[in-house]
Amino acid sequence: MRLMGFLFLLAGWLLVLAALVLLKAAAPMAAFIVAGIAVEAVGLVFVARTYLAPRGDRE
Amino acid sequence: MNPQPAALSDTAFAFCFVLVLLVPLAPAGLALINTGLGRSRSAAHSMLSSLCVVAVAALVYVVCGFAWQGYAGHVSYVVRAGGREWSWIADEPLFLRGLLLQVSPVPLAVWLETLSVGLAALIPLGSGADRWRLSAACLSTALFAGFTYPLFAHWVWGGGWLAQLGANCGLGRGFLDAGGAAPIHVTGGLTALALAWILGPRRGKYGSDGMPSAIPGHNAVLVLLACLLAWLGWLGLNTASAILFSGVGPERVVLIGLNTTLAAAAAALAAAALTRARFGRPDASLSANGWVGGLVAGSASCAWVPPAGAILIGAVAGALVALSVEWLELRLSIDDPGGSVSVHAVAGIWGILALGPFTPYPNQWIAQLVGLATLLGLVLPLTYGLNLLLDRIHHQRVEPEGERQGMDLYELGAGAYPEFLTHSDDFLR
Repeated sequence: MRLMGFLFLLAGWLLVLAALVLLKAAAPMAAFIVAGIAVEAVGLVFVARTYLAPRGDRE
Repeated sequence: MNPQPAALSDTAFAFCFVLVLLVPLAPAGLALINTGLGRSRSAAHSMLSSLCVVAVAALVYVVCGFAWQGYAGHVSYVVRAGGREWSWIADEPLFLRGLLLQVSPVPLAVWLETLSVGLAALIPLGSGADRWRLSAACLSTALFAGFTYPLFAHWVWGGGWLAQLGANCGLGRGFLDAGGAAPIHVTGGLTALALAWILGPRRGKYGSDGMPSAIPGHNAVLVLLACLLAWLGWLGLNTASAILFSGVGPERVVLIGLNTTLAAAAAALAAAALTRARFGRPDASLSANGWVGGLVAGSASCAWVPPAGAILIGAVAGALVALSVEWLELRLSIDDPGGSVSVHAVAGIWGILALGPFTPYPNQWIAQLVGLATLLGLVLPLTYGLNLLLDRIHHQRVEPEGERQGMDLYELGAGAYPEFLTHSDDFLR
């Protein structure tokens, strides 16, 4: 789950890069960038959840 | 080659020189805040760690950091995609070789950056307080100052691809950040988040039911005084950065100073009012965190927004910091004694996004979103991966005995306050 979360983070960023390189008009570019950030948010949730599980002391 | 930055007159150079002299007060303030919000039995360790981290950051940055960051107008590596050129990393010599240290913007920028990278490297010390080994903090700082920070700083301040978004994609003036909310604070804050995850919470912070127990900071006076020191440092940092990296003219220094002050003031009052409304009394440490959060959030936009905008940005930042500290601790089990993630990452992200609507440049907000996506999608995995790798090679968290004794006795052999009794709320668990 943690690895998947970080892959989502990277995938979201690559989506943003692809939008910058492939799209010319501002509106679709903005839509793809927002979508990329949404994918990153999902990744962040995945990573954060893996650190929720052992809620006691971690050493 | 990137666009050539504007040259400075002798008067502007002298003015910037004086501003850079103020900047060390920012890391001094941050070091005192981190120490005051930690336990008394780790106070000397925290201050020594701060000194060592700043030292390592400055040395590593001069050895290789500037080589990757570079300066706008200097040679860099580019990739060609979509019919356009994107600068992704600088191509300067190691050890500043070939750099003429004379009256020109570049050496002044290098000096400012050796201080800025130290400030950024101090941020994770707040989240790793009371359990992060000194040697591990130095090694982690070397990775941060040698690679993570310069890479992102090149993209924003060194004429890199984020700065080129205006010319290449018509997105405003490219990613804008006058005082370093993104390259300094969000990169530092995301590294703090990665370390809080990797280190885990302090012993006794979370019970078996998953509920956190309060471990209050040991010196609120130190924390509040440090806020005022940090304010002076920020005034120098925001103004000098805006002139040296963002091409802002010296005529805007009054606006920058005013906005920096107003953002911090609004943030501290918002945090105090919010905690007063929620808990019945204003909380000193959260109000202090709010003050610094306001400084951080106001950094990005201080050269472009009107004073009313700075007040709005600061007030929202103060409220966000106060809510975020509680949310991270209660909901996400993130033990961040110094509030570094909330103050630097959360407030910094708010600051870079808030800049977009206040500038007259078309589609500026999209460029700011691209910067945010890069911070979350690349900088966080990168800094997490580097610190996880370091943890596998050199364990970053102190042994359980070290936490029981306190970092001062365990790693330094002596406490910070040998003549005082241990605080009742700071007992050995």
